Amino acid sequence: MDTISQSFALALHMVAHLDPRLAAIVGLSLAVSLTSTLCSAVIGLPLGAALAIGRFPGRGPVIVALNAAMGLPPVVVGLVVYLMLSRAGPLGELGLLFTPPAMVIAQTILIIPIIAALTRQTVEDAWTEYREQLQSLDASWLQSTLTLLWDTRWSLLTVLLAGFGRAAAEVGAVIIVGGNIDGVTRVMTTAIALETSKGDLPLALALGVVLITLVMALNVGAHVTRQWARARLG
Amino acid sequence: MGDVEIGVRGLPIVASRVDVIRGATLVLDALDVTIAPRSRTFILGANGAGKSTLLRVLHGLIEPTRGRVTWGHSATRPRGQAMVFQRPVLLRRSAAANLRHALALGGIRGREAQRRVDHALRSVRLEAMADRPARVLSGGEQQRLALARAWALAPEVLFLDEPTASLDPPSMRAVEAIVNEIQATGTTIVMTTHHLAQAKRLADSIVLLHDGRVAEHTDATVFFREPRSAAGRTFLDGERL
Repeated sequence: MDTISQSFALALHMVAHLDPRLAAIVGLSLAVSLTSTLCSAVIGLPLGAALAIGRFPGRGPVIVALNAAMGLPPVVVGLVVYLMLSRAGPLGELGLLFTPPAMVIAQTILIIPIIAALTRQTVEDAWTEYREQLQSLDASWLQSTLTLLWDTRWSLLTVLLAGFGRAAAEVGAVIIVGGNIDGVTRVMTTAIALETSKGDLPLALALGVVLITLVMALNVGAHVTRQWARARLG
Repeated sequence: MGDVEIGVRGLPIVASRVDVIRGATLVLDALDVTIAPRSRTFILGANGAGKSTLLRVLHGLIEPTRGRVTWGHSATRPRGQAMVFQRPVLLRRSAAANLRHALALGGIRGREAQRRVDHALRSVRLEAMADRPARVLSGGEQQRLALARAWALAPEVLFLDEPTASLDPPSMRAVEAIVNEIQATGTTIVMTTHHLAQAKRLADSIVLLHDGRVAEHTDATVFFREPRSAAGRTFLDGERL
């Protein structure tokens, strides 16, 4: 119990004093995970929408595979990206291993299935409702996709949050491809893992409190936005 | 749509020997029907007679299992048709933006689009609601907006699938008045309804469906005075009960 109360006090202290090391770690965490979410959105939103609207042989198995990929183990993704980016790997020349871009690549791969699978579900539900109307209006395939993505934008915000949450919370992928280098690739989750193994439980937990608070704040913000949009736009 | 010229390129619509099979059910059975230019054709029939399916086949939303449909002797579904559904499907944006979206899909943008939006919203008396989100309008207002969307497109043919089924009498009359005005611009009307009185008020031609076939296709005044088919007599007797 002591550890927990100590941790909260420490967390408050660090936040109140804007501890520069904490700020750097939090900043990198946010930068990496938000960039990953953005990259995944660029790929996952159209991919999900295409799967929702498109009808092609093998669509069923693709959807099952995509849903299953939502549970990709981060360490495995990290390991595969590590192999690709390591000196001997096919992308070794880029010299990205143990840099933030490597972490972004790993997290992007990790959350594309989440964003694509949830987008597919959301857009498919809307498509059921809109299909005849859009066909009646002679909407092309692309026009239908864009209309559906825009009309489900508030639901898709939650989808993006789910992706961001997964990215911000995972440790396995970033620790393998980032290396947890102090000041370079140390993010909140890898810092927590490190401090725990060093035995500095209060600091580890304090970082945890900050991490949870950040994720909560983002979700509350999105929730409020969505409620507001619902009430206003129906 | 005021000074917008409405042509008759996609008319007449001719369905020949059309079968539609859904699962194990024959919804339309070797059906033949012709929709003449500038007519007001009402499709009547009991529940399950295939009214909505026929409407969708004529609009090109459903491909017949067998048989063919031609629009002005062409086998490809033309642009220049619009449909209003029983439950209006409106997008999550303002009333005016819903109309602009439909016009943009038809390649109409800019000032011409704005002119049509203003005119259509005024015509259905929704100009005050232009900036309101479409989905928070009342049921009657939503259906009028759906009609405005169709009107703005200045369609050659307007299909309406029981557009007043879930509306109260004042909203129903508003919708009927709008359909009349759209028809007056030269648009061909094809509509299904459960209200016999409504068909009497608006139709000039009746297609009676019975078990997926056309039991009769007659002039409306003739149909309501003296239907030619046994199914027609039974239908009118049943509706009068």
